[in-house]
Amino acid sequence: MYPSRFRYEAPRSIDEAISLLHEGGDEAKVLAGGQSLVPLMKLRFASPELVVDINNLPGLDYHREDADGTIRIGALCRHADLERSALLKSKQPVMAAAAPLIADPIVRNRGTLVGSLCHADPQGDWASVVTALGGFVVARGPAGRRRIGIDDFVTGPFQNALEPDEIAVEAVIPAPKGALAGGYLKLERRVGDFATVGVAVAVETSAGTVTRAGIALTGVGGATINAAEAAQALVGQPLSEQSIEAAADLAAQAARPRTDHRGSAEYKRHMVRTFVVRILNANGDGSAAADGAGGDEDSAERAA
Amino acid sequence: MTQALDEIKIGGLGASRKRVEDDRFIRGKGNYTDDITLPGMLHMEILRSPLAHARIKSIDASKAWDIPGVHLVLTGDMMATRNLAWMPTLSYDTQAVLATDKVRFQGQEVACVIADDPYIAKDACEAIDVEYEPLPVIVNPMQAVAEGAPVIRDDKENQPDNVIFDWEVGDKEGTDRAFAQADVISRLKLHYPRSHPSPIECCGSIADFNRATSKLTVYMTTQAPHIIRAAVALVAELPEHMIRIVSPDIGGGFGNKVPVYPGYVCSILASILLERPVKWIEDKSGNLISTGFARDVYLDGEMALRKDGKILGVRMHTDSDHGAFFSDAQPSKFKIGLMHSAFAAYDIPYAHLTSRGTYSNKAPGGVAYRCSFRVTEAMFFQERMMQAAAADLEMDQAAFRRMNFVQDEDFPHRTPFGFLTDSGQYAKCLDVGLRAVGYEDFRKQQAQARERGKLLGLGISTMTEPLGAGNSREYDILGIKMFDSAELKVHMTGKAILRTGAKTQGQGHETTWAQIVAHELGIPAEDVVVEEGDTDTAPFGMGTYASRSTPVAGAAVAMVSRKIRAKARKLAAHLLEVSEEDVEWELGRFYVRSAPDRGVTITECAMAAYSNMPDGMEPGLENTAYYDPPNLTWPFAVYIVTVEVDPETGVWDVLNMVAVDDCGVRINPMIVEGQIMGGLTEAYAMANMQFITFDAEGNCVGSNYMDYLLPSAWETPGFELHSEVVTPCPHHPIGAKGIGECAAVGGPAAFVNAVIDAIGDASVRNIDMPLLPDRVWEAITYHHDVSGAPPVRADDEAVH
Amino acid sequence: MTIVYEDRGDEAAEVPVRRIKFTINGQKKIAEVEPRLLLSHLIRRGVGLTGTHMGCDTTNCGACTVLVDGRPVKSCTMLAVQVDGREVTTVEGLSGPSELHPLQEGFKQEHGLQCGFCTPGMMMAAKALLDQNPDPTEDEVRWALSGNLCRCTGYQNIVKSVLWAADKLRSQAG
Repeated sequence: MYPSRFRYEAPRSIDEAISLLHEGGDEAKVLAGGQSLVPLMKLRFASPELVVDINNLPGLDYHREDADGTIRIGALCRHADLERSALLKSKQPVMAAAAPLIADPIVRNRGTLVGSLCHADPQGDWASVVTALGGFVVARGPAGRRRIGIDDFVTGPFQNALEPDEIAVEAVIPAPKGALAGGYLKLERRVGDFATVGVAVAVETSAGTVTRAGIALTGVGGATINAAEAAQALVGQPLSEQSIEAAADLAAQAARPRTDHRGSAEYKRHMVRTFVVRILNANGDGSAAADGAGGDEDSAERAA
Repeated sequence: MTQALDEIKIGGLGASRKRVEDDRFIRGKGNYTDDITLPGMLHMEILRSPLAHARIKSIDASKAWDIPGVHLVLTGDMMATRNLAWMPTLSYDTQAVLATDKVRFQGQEVACVIADDPYIAKDACEAIDVEYEPLPVIVNPMQAVAEGAPVIRDDKENQPDNVIFDWEVGDKEGTDRAFAQADVISRLKLHYPRSHPSPIECCGSIADFNRATSKLTVYMTTQAPHIIRAAVALVAELPEHMIRIVSPDIGGGFGNKVPVYPGYVCSILASILLERPVKWIEDKSGNLISTGFARDVYLDGEMALRKDGKILGVRMHTDSDHGAFFSDAQPSKFKIGLMHSAFAAYDIPYAHLTSRGTYSNKAPGGVAYRCSFRVTEAMFFQERMMQAAAADLEMDQAAFRRMNFVQDEDFPHRTPFGFLTDSGQYAKCLDVGLRAVGYEDFRKQQAQARERGKLLGLGISTMTEPLGAGNSREYDILGIKMFDSAELKVHMTGKAILRTGAKTQGQGHETTWAQIVAHELGIPAEDVVVEEGDTDTAPFGMGTYASRSTPVAGAAVAMVSRKIRAKARKLAAHLLEVSEEDVEWELGRFYVRSAPDRGVTITECAMAAYSNMPDGMEPGLENTAYYDPPNLTWPFAVYIVTVEVDPETGVWDVLNMVAVDDCGVRINPMIVEGQIMGGLTEAYAMANMQFITFDAEGNCVGSNYMDYLLPSAWETPGFELHSEVVTPCPHHPIGAKGIGECAAVGGPAAFVNAVIDAIGDASVRNIDMPLLPDRVWEAITYHHDVSGAPPVRADDEAVH
Repeated sequence: MTIVYEDRGDEAAEVPVRRIKFTINGQKKIAEVEPRLLLSHLIRRGVGLTGTHMGCDTTNCGACTVLVDGRPVKSCTMLAVQVDGREVTTVEGLSGPSELHPLQEGFKQEHGLQCGFCTPGMMMAAKALLDQNPDPTEDEVRWALSGNLCRCTGYQNIVKSVLWAADKLRSQAG
């Protein structure tokens, strides 16, 4: 539980942060919430030589909606802010469903959504949500800003597409064109457990027809799985029992789960299927959360 | 007119007195082992083996020694030159302190570093290079006895295989005859999985050897300080009077803090070598992977039944996995603990138990976790077999148990395995529980729900258990008899200090023992300070575990109080100028029988003991009592759980949890209820989510809190507790019985039985704990039992 | 506070430390710490307040919960250097000079603790809840405490303790 030695810097501007990362190269890590990095360092699974603490950078703790409906989440916006967010509850049902299910309430006070995307844990919930919503990450480096689509952002387990001297400053969720519905269901045996299976589903409808859909899976493969084919099976028609079943089947096929102490591969595929169906059938109220034991259907609505 | 004190007002028996301990804990002023700092103190960290079974080819600690701030690096061969590489266990086996020839479980201690601070000690551990040569691994008893299995304990003479013991008890011929006459034989095989007690506070010690005085003081997390003192005297070859063990505040024990761990021994040796205090505090991963686990027993059970439901006989065979060293802390006569307490509440004429224990490549242990020496296993096996038998007979679960109960008038009752149970009102407890849960209505709802595809279930579990080990004829640990003690000193102003040989870890002894003194002597509980845990001042006792404290140490408190009262009576007679026969007692006061207004308070007697003694009487009002219990005490409980199971996901929710506990006289009802709720939560945790297991390579899965799940306030159900049934213990001085572990003993089967009942499929008779969603789903979908025994399933295995 | 360590004449042995200024339970402090020092160790060993306990090594148990700028954090998962310029509140800062905080009273009244090890963390998490939500339901209390583990009590009395405190705080506020 004792990290190895490292140098520490707490820059006060983004430019300073970027230049520190540029110096540090591969041996530097950004510290935001720290709820993924510090535990890894305590177990000595990560031993960076330089830690760049960005918590003092001004103006990054926002989450807001642009006039056109685009949602922007700053690098220092905490999970707890998203859990309490009236904006998300009214406009972003998939995000609102996921926010209360991240880790536990204390960890949510420090951890950040952007940090979670950068950490690229295959068990990470936010990556599935942002994938289902077709979002992207904004990175800043010595050469300026660039957008990285979420599918390109996660390059492998615990690996992301950032250059060593880039910082992710914002996550962006594009404005829905139709009426947005969906949810996030996570099979966890207890608050704070990693997902045995997590499923994010987002559907946009216009005049009853599905115009866009996204389905992404947590914990059933080496990385977040974008079940694009399954999502596509919903598009171009109203939601129906048949289209939901078809999408659910395709999503289960897209999963690549392992049999382990959390369950058999077959069970996990079955749960992917079940969650897709449940989210789409609950489409009306947009969120139905299920944690493993003892939780009730309203747990997603709980405010801390 | 009586001038007796109001017992509840002075905090006597039955008072829900607020806890004395709380005052410091709520202020953050507890004194746990890691809170203690001594001048010049150094810090120790342990290097653990990554492999489950491997020969050690070399250890190179040179880089570790070079790190600034490192004072000492200990390895197995250094321990061996001092005869300390191995130490005796509490079960007459030996255990490695630091590995020399081989490592025998993942997480085993290989080296330790003592440095200026734990960060540096950890840096140095990382710098130690160990070369291993892997060996084949054994993770269950079947592998242990298979042909060609590697011998794990090749360090022992006369150990040609992996069998530790074969033990049996009961009447084989009688049982065979009963089975021959049976109309129905119900059979059940299952695994009570490994579990870890996991108190929140980890284990640790601060060893302080003072070269000037030759005295060794060890502050440590132990539930049994006097046993540790004896063990240290043996192992370190230091004279016993020069060893002082101090057990300060303990953040939960649950049996995890009874064994002697290598970390303690290493810290002691390091302090002796360095002549400075050495602190070792383990981390949670170290605690989970290496310290005393619980359970890991396989059952093959059979019940011989008459067709009307009468049980004619029971046969049990158990295979227990003890890990790499046999180190259970349990009465030495009973190799599988009190497993033969099974079925004590049922009137069964014949029973036979055979039991085999084997070694494996896992941490040592088995007896722990609120188990009362394996009674958790005994009662779980019992109630799972009762459930299966009732289902096989197509009989109502409650009616089946009721018809086989020992009747109220049949006590003392000799059980089929030879125990003598003392008292109980079993049917009444069952009635209270069934009424509280609304049994008849529930069965109706259950049937209606099933028609709609909704799975509701109800599970019943009963338990009685032998608590208060134990009488000197039958019980000892390493030959030391299992009595306990209390020393009471009443000061001249009538206040008192009480010390016992027990050691509280949250059970509230500082509050409850004073209540017994108040009951016996009329001294208000708040005037009695209670201390435990320092072997220099506490009278000799065997510590607190297996729910033995109220039955044994509590009895000693009552007995020493009575000795004090007997002397006070003489003083009273002297003060009242009458003979002793003319003196009567009421709470707090002696009075003259023929003139009740003439009396003296206990406080006045105390003053007299120091200032106005009769001729020939020794001054002072202090005494000690050692209590050798005549028998064990037998509380009884009924636990009833209702659940709803989601057949599509396998997730189950608790609807209701009713507990009816009869533990005789309750010293402090608030504290008793707290113990029951804690036990029920652990029962729920075991049934629902706690999972520590091993893969085929012996890697421990669940050796940290990310994987070993304890329920939080969100998952844990609420509890409805009932205390209407009170059957005092006929032989205990205040009629009390043990209670601390009852709910952990009886609870798990109630949850499992409820889920099996909800599934309602004749081909699903068992799902091993924890009843994880995937297991429940598999049972429902494929109509078969689901086992959880190690090695844990991996990718290449099919479900069915 | 003075740090003394071995001088082996080797520059590599010099341990770089960082100077931080923070407030703890209303008192202003200066400390010189290694960057790798965990906040929980700064509190326990540096400042000497041992009421904040450490129970695990994977950020699960919550025994180390303190408030940083009024929000509950697991102090084992923050670096000490991160509280530079910030306010830390621990269990020792709950009570006033002569009286207990209603949470402390509540835990005693309702038997919300047994071994006491998880209690400081529970109370700090509960304080943060009551600061935001003075009239929580039982479910809201359980949800807010779902990051703090207890082995002894079964939580039922912990919930009662927090609700007792909530009642008392509301009646004090008038």
